[in-house]
Amino acid sequence: MLGYIIRRVLIMIPTLILISIISFTALLLPPGDYLTSYAAQLRQQGESIDQEAIDSLRERYGLGQPVYVQYIKWVQGIVTRGDWGQSMEWQRPVRDLIGQALGLTVVLAVFSLLVSWLIAIPMGVYSATHQYSLPDYLMTIFSFLGVGVPAFLWALIIMYFAQTKLGLNVGGLFSQQYLSAPWSWDKVVDLLKHIWIPGLIVALENTAGDLRTTRANLLDEVNKPYVELARAKGLSEGRLLWKYPVRVALNPFFSTVGWSLANRISSITLMSVVLSLQTTGPLQLRALTSQDMYLAGTILLLLSTLTVIGTLVSDVLLAWVDPRIRLEG
Amino acid sequence: MTSVDQAKQVEKAPAEDDLQSGGEQIYVAPPWKLMWWRFRKHRMALISAVVLILAYFVAIFCEFVAPYDPNQAMLQFKQVPPTMIHIRDAQGQFHWPFVYQHTRTMDPQTLQITSVEDTSTRYPIQLLVHGFEYKLLGLWTTDIHLFGLSPAAQDQQGEFIFGTDRLGRDMFSRVCYGARLSLSMGMVSVFLSLALGVVLGGISGYYGGRVDILIQRVIEFIRTIPTIPLYMTLSAALPRDWSIIRIYFGITMIIALVGWTFMARVVRGRFLAMREEDFVLAARLNGSGEMRIILRHMLPSFLSYIIAALTLNIPNMILAETGLSFIGLGLRPPAISWGVLLQEAMNLRSLVLSPWVLVPGFAVVISVLAFNFVGDGLRDAADPYAR
Repeated sequence: MLGYIIRRVLIMIPTLILISIISFTALLLPPGDYLTSYAAQLRQQGESIDQEAIDSLRERYGLGQPVYVQYIKWVQGIVTRGDWGQSMEWQRPVRDLIGQALGLTVVLAVFSLLVSWLIAIPMGVYSATHQYSLPDYLMTIFSFLGVGVPAFLWALIIMYFAQTKLGLNVGGLFSQQYLSAPWSWDKVVDLLKHIWIPGLIVALENTAGDLRTTRANLLDEVNKPYVELARAKGLSEGRLLWKYPVRVALNPFFSTVGWSLANRISSITLMSVVLSLQTTGPLQLRALTSQDMYLAGTILLLLSTLTVIGTLVSDVLLAWVDPRIRLEG
Repeated sequence: MTSVDQAKQVEKAPAEDDLQSGGEQIYVAPPWKLMWWRFRKHRMALISAVVLILAYFVAIFCEFVAPYDPNQAMLQFKQVPPTMIHIRDAQGQFHWPFVYQHTRTMDPQTLQITSVEDTSTRYPIQLLVHGFEYKLLGLWTTDIHLFGLSPAAQDQQGEFIFGTDRLGRDMFSRVCYGARLSLSMGMVSVFLSLALGVVLGGISGYYGGRVDILIQRVIEFIRTIPTIPLYMTLSAALPRDWSIIRIYFGITMIIALVGWTFMARVVRGRFLAMREEDFVLAARLNGSGEMRIILRHMLPSFLSYIIAALTLNIPNMILAETGLSFIGLGLRPPAISWGVLLQEAMNLRSLVLSPWVLVPGFAVVISVLAFNFVGDGLRDAADPYAR
């Protein structure tokens, strides 16, 4: 098992390198380099330019040198100093800016993942065992609503009703007083009070697919001979269902955790912009529109890394559950 | 009996009896006919297909369908609520569809506009009326529009099926124009991704081995990167001073860059399944070249799967464009797409005072659902020989 995990982690490395190259390329695409605009900005504000500081920054990030040198310096900074570059707009190291936003994105993604499993698995099982019944049709309609209405549109609709009918403002993840407060127990409670609406919105968009997968897989499984055998041996229907075919039907679910995380991050990004949540979404949008490239590149890099880690976790879990996988390597 | 008559009879017969219990005509029907019979049984798919045909009609002839110039800001009609179209008047008598005279008042505190119908004056909706000038299909200059009030009433009274926005532009006309960019974008990017997907997926499935592994790794890698953040990064890199057309194609390419992976999977799966088929072996033994085998023998037998996969993929493209334009990184005004129109809803004041700014969102939902249903129906019909 340990050997399998080590092997999987090693396979991750080339993927991460590729991701970092893509993020870095994206970071270079807009014209001009960041220090030039930084200097221009300082001059505009009438501040004196500390040429030495500029030069030392230029040296540190290898600006003005060939692209591959810049790339190596960037990666070197990340790996050795945990230095993700400098945010031009915020005038602070990227590291200080993304911590909380990334954390909130992860919390939202995992929360919505759990919620949609909690909804999709029982509903999918019921739907498959009671095919063509009224609830089955209702769930099909529900799942089509999920497929058709993107999360950001739900967000707009909910915002409208909350504002006009309830007089609530559903934007944001924290109450005013906790916005810039350091993390504390009260702040976590406050977060939990706010997170369920966006969490449910993201879950709503993605539950539909999970539901359909469960239903389709289970329908394939329930007619197999082993189910027949278990039934012939006198196992009660409920036990039989949950113990064998459901477990098999859920397998593809867990093996695609990485991709479903990626989908959720996409939904969260758009929805967060609508509800102005303090996740990476609005931060990335702002960084991109103001050409704050180190910040934007880092966010893309870290979000992709998240899904790579998600895939790793799901692979390890699968190998743990199903010994055939770890033997194949 | 002539052969034409016979053909007609064959065509008519299966409409009455079921495909399963089908008579002799099932054995002689060509594949496309079997597919059509099967597709027809999926009622939602059939309805959705009609919806899509209508939507694309609107997209192609949007100038003709739209009663107002979508960029014309009518200052006297800011944030006017949707106008009801009646067919029954206050006395309970039926008429040709009409709108009542409206008195619109603005609440000085909330700035909300309320519209009160004056049931004494009716304005009938006329078909093929004169309105703003445009070029039909870019060829003929005309000013005929599908419907509208009489020219005088059109300007004084107005009929705004979906209301108007903050600047007093007719939402219905804007949604019609938006259909053109949004729906065509879905099509164009799906065909771009098809081209990439067929080539790479085909190579992957046909040759197998190392090339296959490499291409599969690339696909897995691309799908690891969350799409919206990636699209955002790439489209932010498009130069700001590009024209609408160039931005349009830029965004299309960006979306296709990820979309091809889904097409490649379908194509590869089909190639793998078909490589071992007897008829491919027979063609090879007969001395057909690789290209001939692929194009002449394999392609026709999996074309239907590709069309189904294409249809199921278009919604993703439309949603991606809408999302991008919505947050301001895709198409930008003055271009009109559903995503651009939805930007209006981002403004909380606008959303609360005029919730009809969400109408473009529902246009997106309807077309996405319709494509999904048609795709489902096509997928079921793709293999008419499977029972």
